[in-house]
Amino acid sequence: MDGEGRMRPHYQRVIDDLRKLGTEEFDRRWEAGKRLLRESGATYHVYGDPLGTERPWQLDPIPYVIAAADWQSLERGLVQRAQLLNLVLADCYGPQRLIRSGKLPSAVVFGQRGFLRPCHGIKPAGDVFLHLYGVDLAKSPDGRWWALSDRTQNPSGAGYALENRLVVSRILPETFREGHVQRLAGFYRSLQLGFADLGSRRNDQPRVVILSPGPFNETYFEHAYLARYLGYTLVEGEDLTVRDDRVYLKTLSGLEPVDVILRRVDDDFCDPLELRNESMLGVPGLVQALRAGNVVVANALGSGLVQTPALMSFLPSLCRELLGEELRLPSVATWWCGQRAARDHVEADLDNLIVKPIAPMPGFEPTLGEGLSDPQRSELIARVRFQPHLFVAQEAVTLSTAPSWNGRQLVPMPVVTRAFLVASKGSYRLMPGGLTRVASDATSPKISMQRGGVSKDTWVLTDGPVESITLLQGAGGRGELQRIGHNLPSRIASSLFWMGRYVERAESTARIARAAVFRLTVESSAEASRLVGPLLAPLIRLGQMKAPDRKATEADWYLRAERELLRAILHRNNPGSLGVCVSHIERIATLLRDRMSLDVWRVLGNLDEPFTTCTGQGRVELTEVLELLNKVILGLAGFRGLAMDNMTRAQGWRFLDMGLRIERAVYLCETLLGALAAPDPDDTSLLDALLEIGDSSLTYRSRYNLVPQIAAVFDLLLLDELNPRSLLYQLRTLQEHLDRLPGERNGAPVSPRQSLLLECLSSLRRVDPRELSVPGVAPLETRLAEVLRLTLVNLPALSEELAQAYFAHATMSRPDDPAEPAEG
Amino acid sequence: MIYDLVHRTVYVYTQPVSVSHHAARLHPQVQGAQGCASFDLRIVPEPAVSSARDDYFGNAVNFFTVQQPHRRLEITARSRVSTNPTARPDLERGPLWDEVAGLFEESPPPDLLEPHQFTFGSPMVRRGREFAGYAAASFPAGRPLLKAVADLNGRIHRDFKFDPRATTVTTPVEDVMRLRRGVCQDFAHLMIACLRSLALPARYVSGYLRTRPKAGSPRLVGADMSHAWVAVFCPAVGWVDFDPTNNLIPDVEHISVAVGRDYSDVAPVAGIVIGGGRHAINVSVDLRVAE
Repeated sequence: MDGEGRMRPHYQRVIDDLRKLGTEEFDRRWEAGKRLLRESGATYHVYGDPLGTERPWQLDPIPYVIAAADWQSLERGLVQRAQLLNLVLADCYGPQRLIRSGKLPSAVVFGQRGFLRPCHGIKPAGDVFLHLYGVDLAKSPDGRWWALSDRTQNPSGAGYALENRLVVSRILPETFREGHVQRLAGFYRSLQLGFADLGSRRNDQPRVVILSPGPFNETYFEHAYLARYLGYTLVEGEDLTVRDDRVYLKTLSGLEPVDVILRRVDDDFCDPLELRNESMLGVPGLVQALRAGNVVVANALGSGLVQTPALMSFLPSLCRELLGEELRLPSVATWWCGQRAARDHVEADLDNLIVKPIAPMPGFEPTLGEGLSDPQRSELIARVRFQPHLFVAQEAVTLSTAPSWNGRQLVPMPVVTRAFLVASKGSYRLMPGGLTRVASDATSPKISMQRGGVSKDTWVLTDGPVESITLLQGAGGRGELQRIGHNLPSRIASSLFWMGRYVERAESTARIARAAVFRLTVESSAEASRLVGPLLAPLIRLGQMKAPDRKATEADWYLRAERELLRAILHRNNPGSLGVCVSHIERIATLLRDRMSLDVWRVLGNLDEPFTTCTGQGRVELTEVLELLNKVILGLAGFRGLAMDNMTRAQGWRFLDMGLRIERAVYLCETLLGALAAPDPDDTSLLDALLEIGDSSLTYRSRYNLVPQIAAVFDLLLLDELNPRSLLYQLRTLQEHLDRLPGERNGAPVSPRQSLLLECLSSLRRVDPRELSVPGVAPLETRLAEVLRLTLVNLPALSEELAQAYFAHATMSRPDDPAEPAEG
Repeated sequence: MIYDLVHRTVYVYTQPVSVSHHAARLHPQVQGAQGCASFDLRIVPEPAVSSARDDYFGNAVNFFTVQQPHRRLEITARSRVSTNPTARPDLERGPLWDEVAGLFEESPPPDLLEPHQFTFGSPMVRRGREFAGYAAASFPAGRPLLKAVADLNGRIHRDFKFDPRATTVTTPVEDVMRLRRGVCQDFAHLMIACLRSLALPARYVSGYLRTRPKAGSPRLVGADMSHAWVAVFCPAVGWVDFDPTNNLIPDVEHISVAVGRDYSDVAPVAGIVIGGGRHAINVSVDLRVAE
């Protein structure tokens, strides 16, 4: 809106279209948009949030619209600023002429931790230090743009901008399509081309990775989102290793060279050998690999130096010095306290200024002079005077407003927009869009997602035609067809394997629990205690449930069984409960976020829902639980269906499926052993329940067409190789996977993994279920029971062996970090 | 004085180490009155990659990577070093401390840029008003810089107790101030914190100190130690060393190896290993006067 509170003309179309839609239709679309956001898992971590660290991404459905002419004038200023900061970096990490000539005070560089001395003298490819650059922009009510802060470390938000676009363009599809809104894909395409070019200096098929600090980082969602969108491998420090001054990715089939690292880890954490040595997020030896010119890191290590606000007051003169031009885009008025004259001004005008540290300083928040008490004021001044070079003061900016949706109507709210630039062909390309955030009050000095805030999609209009590009065509067009994707990182293989195990654990637990709950609701207590006891044996044996006291009366036993069973299903403080198992699935899913389709993510995101509704309302009825179990089983079936249907039959799928098979076999063996221990294993109702848990009732009926008999039931569940629920089927599938893993195929000696499996298979094949029908033989002493027990020993061992062979992550340590005293 | 110096570091691991990256700053300085006639670095097992360069502060640093699985790593540096007596600085003369601090308060001229870097806080040494407060007694207005620093050197020696059990390599200097105990590294950090809190340039020096066996006892091989002290920048004179642990101005019995803002810039052997389980580390230094 303009200074008089009138809507600016370029908003007309959006406002008109909204009016045409009507509140009801808009509400409906916005609800769908919110669902889309939730299901895509868009989140932002908030550090120190007691309510859990993940917060759903907050979006305002009304886009921030910028007129074409306005944007064009801004673009030149932003490109110039990016070039300028890049040149400042090149000088500070090179000849340091600016410092020696006094154009840049030495304290601005030497006095902050952002100047990484080990990186001095490293010349990056093409002299590009800044590959990706972000600037927070404010528009004053008179329509002029100001740079509020520079983001050169590892600017975040470009991925959230994409996500916002995705949602908002679906809420207002007609407006978006017809409104001459510029698309974002071209920007990412430039980024891909730039990296492909940098990487191809070493490698025809360069490998680009995104280095993330991991799922606990505030913007992890974005790391995964960008990895998926750009087709890069998402890695953490421990996935990479340096050998021969070259960076490699640890994969299932060995070390694969890495050519470009797009880092989302702060630069000083990137190499514990030469930079912050307490870092566990980095790659030891990375700086040496950079010196050797064997890898490109974007942004260059040390780039964080120039995002200090201390630099802002020197940009106009630096611009004249380095580019021979006037600075086009002004910064918010900034005084660096390291200079006497500036400090005097700050002290005199403190009421109108915000004092900030030149780099984040623990225990010091930006402080507005106005409203400080006298003691607070003198303490602030004393603190600044003691180390003046560590502080700047900035004018508070009055922000212009944009229409925002408050749930009922449009209201004007102050906004800040982060623009993004990417290095491209010797210059910079500006993203025609950005991440706009809504401030809570008009002069707020701090708008940060970290403090909780709402973002907006940013629409940049064009007078010309809208460029349309999709990233799916592949970067550079030089890529050859690849049948097998890049090799799987070991850590991902491990996550997929555990995903498989937990998914099946949840399903088996839910099936057993459902069979038990159902019988508790329909049978008499005497009948229930006879039937349900053996069914619960696996949950008790596997530590998911406490055994109800056997000595109790039948009625008493019934009550206790009911209570314990509910605990095993619902309780969050029972580590073996189904509810906890489902939250494990969701946790692992976050580790795999970049590898899962939106549909899979949606299914997993909904798994937890029945638990939140079921536990929220005091006493729970068994029938309610039955409904919950049905939902969980259906949800898991949905996941399995998508995984089986959509995953390529590559290594990742094999590890997921091996996890599933091992877990299913374990539950099956435990269930059958529990039944064999029942007072009457041949009981028809019990056999019925076994078929139900094993999801084999239909198969049984189609095959035998008679009441269940023990030998036939056990044959179907153990030895029928056509039954995908049988033990034999699980073991054979595992064997097939093992044979196709890297390193297992050609080895003449049988691997320890294969021999564990072979032992189970060969003893299983010798079993004849008819021995169960022989009178006078105790069921638990049959060969069949022996095979079940053997399998329960060998499969967990197989899981261990797989972890040893494929997931082994040696931990990183500093042997010279002694608890011993220093010397001297 | 000519010395034969052997600095040996042995790591023993309970599990095999698959790869280890190291940076060693063991080459004695060649500067001023100190020379280094020979230097030899042996690493067992043989590193796959090794290189040498001068770091940002001009220290020689050797990087190496051992890529074969190993349970033991031995790093041995042998040097022949010479030291010559230097004229003891005249403490009573030279610039006043407050004049020097004034030089560094605003952007100093180009010839003072190098020492200017050592006036700021660094990873292990923060500036703090408590350090300025402790130092104040040695720095009355108008006192010559070196005289004031020598006084601070003596006070730290008197006020702080040498106690190898009180601190570790990572003890923050604020804790040393509170504990009033520590070892050479702690005293050097403390003195640097005091000087920088007054806006004076101070740097950390790592090296060795010749030790003498007690009268009548034989000289023990390998019983010497790494040592650390402080240098303060005095315009027109240059960097002047002070050893607060021993209340000395270093001369021919101190051998310097590396300088930096604090210990984190000059650790003699730093490394990151992948694997290895638990480890034991054994460092021995042998410094003897050459025959």
